[in-house]
Amino acid sequence: MAAPPLARVLDGVRLHVVTGKGGVGKTTVASALGLALARQGRRVLLVEVENRQGISQTFGVPPLGTDEVRLVQDPSGGELWGLSVEAKAALLEYLQTFYKLGRAGGALERMGVVDFATTIAPGVRDVLLTGKVYEAVGRTTGGKRGQGAHAWDAVVLDAPPTGRVGRFLGVNEQVAGLARMGPIHQQAESITRMLRSRRSLVHVVTLLEEMPVQETADAVAELSAAGFGLGAVVVNQVREPLLPDALIARLAQDPAGLEEQVRADLAAVGVRSGARTVGGLLAEAADHAARVALEHELGGEVRGLGLPTVTLPALTTGTDDGGVGVLADELHEQGVG
Amino acid sequence: MAPRTPADAFDVDALLADPTTGIVVCCGSGGVGKTTTAAALGVRAAEAGRRVVVLTIDPARRLAQSLGLTALDNTPRPVEGVGAEAGGSLDAMMLDMKRTFDEVVLAHSTPEKAQQILDNPFYQAVSSSFAGTQEYMAMEKLGQLRAQADADGTWDLVVVDTPPSRSALDFLDAPKRLGSFLDGRFIRLLMAPAKAGGRAYLKVFSVGANLAAATLSKVLGGQFLSDVQTFVAALDTMFGGFRERADVTYALLKEPSTAFVVVAAPERDALREAAYFVERLEAESMPLAGVVVNRMQQLAAPGLSGSRATAAAEQLEDRADDADAVGPSTGPTPALLRLHATLAEVAARHEARVRRFVATHPGVPVRTVPAAATDIHDLDGLREVGAALGG
Repeated sequence: MAAPPLARVLDGVRLHVVTGKGGVGKTTVASALGLALARQGRRVLLVEVENRQGISQTFGVPPLGTDEVRLVQDPSGGELWGLSVEAKAALLEYLQTFYKLGRAGGALERMGVVDFATTIAPGVRDVLLTGKVYEAVGRTTGGKRGQGAHAWDAVVLDAPPTGRVGRFLGVNEQVAGLARMGPIHQQAESITRMLRSRRSLVHVVTLLEEMPVQETADAVAELSAAGFGLGAVVVNQVREPLLPDALIARLAQDPAGLEEQVRADLAAVGVRSGARTVGGLLAEAADHAARVALEHELGGEVRGLGLPTVTLPALTTGTDDGGVGVLADELHEQGVG
Repeated sequence: MAPRTPADAFDVDALLADPTTGIVVCCGSGGVGKTTTAAALGVRAAEAGRRVVVLTIDPARRLAQSLGLTALDNTPRPVEGVGAEAGGSLDAMMLDMKRTFDEVVLAHSTPEKAQQILDNPFYQAVSSSFAGTQEYMAMEKLGQLRAQADADGTWDLVVVDTPPSRSALDFLDAPKRLGSFLDGRFIRLLMAPAKAGGRAYLKVFSVGANLAAATLSKVLGGQFLSDVQTFVAALDTMFGGFRERADVTYALLKEPSTAFVVVAAPERDALREAAYFVERLEAESMPLAGVVVNRMQQLAAPGLSGSRATAAAEQLEDRADDADAVGPSTGPTPALLRLHATLAEVAARHEARVRRFVATHPGVPVRTVPAAATDIHDLDGLREVGAALGG
């Protein structure tokens, strides 16, 4: 199953939802994606919804709040802005906008209603969070929704991890059993239409490790069954192979000859060449080869999903020192932008 | 291959052998190998003669299969071929949080009432998706297993894995959070009309309560509120307070027969989470047994330093370059030496991080476990991890 080229898949997409198993570098990839788009001259909003302040840490800025903050101004004219959406603030804002609650909002807060609605009442929280994203995607410079140019060329959402993302995006089903009518219900329907449109895509980030690849496959199946468009599978933190293929092959075929050669080489340059050192080097190589073989197998599973695959290198220094910029360049080279 | 441990080594075998150890809780942030550690502790304890039950939360598929966990039936199943020689045994189960919640409902109410709750849409949503339900149900299941162990002596050791949350602290905090919300002020208000003493209370707050109820009805639809009311009223009569229930399990965790094993990986974030957790356990006088740091890079040729290996690789390449003007033909050795140098650098970084942790947490026993080349998904793999933990 050949995957379509990434550039074609991304054409015309305005909402990029980024998910992945916890710990695979979702926030870093979402940040790099936002940056890659901004470097092509676009106005991009990067949104996080779990209040982890991952974006502010990645870009080294003070914690994000309910206001959109500019993170990067690119020479191309593109801009990257950040926003941390928080359910409580979103609910109060929502009530304020639609019901002109004024002081009553504070009363609701004191009564524990806001806590209740945003924490316990399932679905409501997610409607509020995705609702902010919906608003940003649809926002225009004209007076009303739909009038004038789009305020944002693209919105990148650092979404909940694979285990929860289906539920998070499936707001309509979530609230269907609870709020069967009323504004929340209508809001959920509009959000769902946007999320399922061809202008929205979900990208899944993974590592070449067993659990993340398994969860990626599960998420791809779940999300496509639920009618969401899938974008790329981003294979993150890929390490360059440290041993040439020929050497790995020889390790299996001719260990005795290899051992002899290594011993002679080490002796020639005056390095200890006892059995422990020589055997140790070969054992390290065998472990590495096993890891490479497993990564190769998992890479095959990822490609078997039939989605465009993007590969990002492991950054030895983490995301400090402009690491996100390096990843953004990689994304651009592989078809983003 | 027991690694050097920097300070007080965490004596895992002694912990598992101690007959007063009744519960081992493995906690830590996501992605550090908690489930593997829990399973390996279970195998090792069983093969030392303990009768063990392991509660796993979200195991990798192949690890689950290796434990015989093919069906998600929320009941412990024996793992064949473990511990019989030593007079021990191993049972394992995978938590099904919805089912555990359902069982609690069924166990504590009449059949009609239970059905009413199970059918309530609000219950269905809370039991399958509320962000604390999994932690709450893990504790609930732990309590059940412990009670069964005490009652019929099936097991003398319960090992629990904790849910794959972002923060290790979630395991301690989430149950209380769920409990306090279900016990919360607003919920009390919703229920107040149904209670004899509630009217006066409601009267005092009536303006606020009515406003709150009216707003929620407006935003969510009236049906929502009545579903919530039914749900809360039904739960309250049967539970006698969620908070109390959470408190009971919390107290169980404080008993001296419980041992917390904090699991981490030699990465900055994972060790920071471990530090938070260790500090929290100390603050709450909870029994911390020690910290396990998984995935330590090991060197099979530890006598050769990374810098020496790099220098030797360069020397060999120089020689090849001198000898062969046509193109580099350096043979396999420089590549092997450079691989070793890279691994040595990673190993040094890992050790430095663990040393820093030990220095800032003196007196906390630490045990490091070597990284396996590939993922662990059979009993022999778990035995190896167990040997590294004990040994």
